[in-house]
Amino acid sequence: MHTRRDLLNRSAQLAGMLASLGLWPGLAQAQAQAGAYNAAAFEAKSLAEVMKALGGSAPVESKDVSLIGPDIAENGAVVPVAAATTLPGVKCLLLLVEKNPAMLAAVFEPSEAVETHIGTRVKMSQSSPVFAVAMLADGRVLYAVKEIKVTLGGCGG
Amino acid sequence: MADPMRIRAQANGDKTTVRVLMSHEMETGQRKDAAGKLIPAWHIQQVSAALNGKTVLTAQWGPSVAKNPFLQFNLKGAKPGDKVAITWVDNRGERRSDEATVV
Repeated sequence: MHTRRDLLNRSAQLAGMLASLGLWPGLAQAQAQAGAYNAAAFEAKSLAEVMKALGGSAPVESKDVSLIGPDIAENGAVVPVAAATTLPGVKCLLLLVEKNPAMLAAVFEPSEAVETHIGTRVKMSQSSPVFAVAMLADGRVLYAVKEIKVTLGGCGG
Repeated sequence: MADPMRIRAQANGDKTTVRVLMSHEMETGQRKDAAGKLIPAWHIQQVSAALNGKTVLTAQWGPSVAKNPFLQFNLKGAKPGDKVAITWVDNRGERRSDEATVV
């Protein structure tokens, strides 16, 4: 049985190794500076990979978690979204955009002094389901999903 | 050095709404320039918020957070006069901290 800490350590080590080998140029410096940045999670392409990189169990859909966002976003470059849950003991709140090149957008780690309702703005390359995932201290991983339609993609160029 | 953040911390009863607008390019690493070369990723990786010097929220961000990122959260138990400090670090190792007073 692997604990979350083991997995996190291992992925950090692996990222460090890859970075020191120069496989991820530019990352070595960032790793040295940022320390705890979980690069593996931000490279992941699916929800399962993200959960693996973060050491969480398989997510379950739940009414207690919500994703707040528009039904239709006119501009995919700035889509206001928020993740919220009413449950206590939240370790992490995640925002994920399924059809982006890398799925994970943001990981929030709120302390007791912060309400578990955190908003930001994300880029969306195309219309896609957007996930809010809450990782709880008791090991449960719950999610909510909402389809957001984008009329103008945010990753053009 | 990046431009300063705009931080507003507004107390409303026992909860304080904090809104932060950071000034950052948030380049994804997916886009190409006019010559067809990939523009390297340049984005904020870590954000932390502190209330009176005590960290209350940390975040890790990928490149899909929008340009000039916006962050909103609610603090429990903050009073007018308390200091809210926000710090970010990007993948080039640049960092910036700004502070605001709860009103």
